Amino acid sequence: MDLLERFAAGDLDAFESLFRQHQAAVYRWIVRIIRDSASAEDLTVETFLRAYRSHARFRADGNFEAWLRRIATNAALDHLRKARIHVELPDDLPADPTPDAAEQNESRVAILSALASLAPRLRVVVQLGLVEEESYRTIANALGISESAVKLRMFRAVRILRKKLRQWDVRQ
Amino acid sequence: MNDHELNELRQRLRAAIPPPKPELARDLWPVMLARLNEPARIRVPWFDWLLLGAACVLALVFPGLIPALLYHL
Repeated sequence: MDLLERFAAGDLDAFESLFRQHQAAVYRWIVRIIRDSASAEDLTVETFLRAYRSHARFRADGNFEAWLRRIATNAALDHLRKARIHVELPDDLPADPTPDAAEQNESRVAILSALASLAPRLRVVVQLGLVEEESYRTIANALGISESAVKLRMFRAVRILRKKLRQWDVRQ
Repeated sequence: MNDHELNELRQRLRAAIPPPKPELARDLWPVMLARLNEPARIRVPWFDWLLLGAACVLALVFPGLIPALLYHL
């Protein structure tokens, strides 16, 4: 019986082997979506917990990484839905900002606010597609939707972002 | 929106979003094991609480319904 078959049968040792093989990749995927290392660690564990509880639904001849990535994406989405929308100023702010630095920080806050105002399902697409430059197909597989649905979400998200940033640019 | 505008937006986003720590700093298996050993938390959906509350109110306002409620339990 191979590792995936043993996992599907609920074998804890097989689960541990799979956990050790894939934890870094799952973390890297989640941290790219939520951009917070501590929460990404928690969500990595949450992802594997969900996977372990659903072991009976996993087909041993299926693609474990793709299955795990979809669970991780859903966990990250749930996190974005629960997380309070807030914008933090970066830690490296100068104590006495020059006008340029102050403007840069304001611009940064405006962009982060615009991003935070997006619905989580749009924000995920922006993070992965626009910032991380993942392909539409990869994003579609991770979200369990079609490529055209990803493109539509990207289009809507970009339109909202541009509108909000244009409003901010006009105020400057 | 053309590619130039999209690239401009990408650059603005990248400049604003602090880069995350790309690599996992520690082995998470001990944390995983602790989570697996936690007793399962039973979560009662909010509508179950609502139903319970409604049943209590009904029982208080119409005590004659208590035998019928008990019969249907």
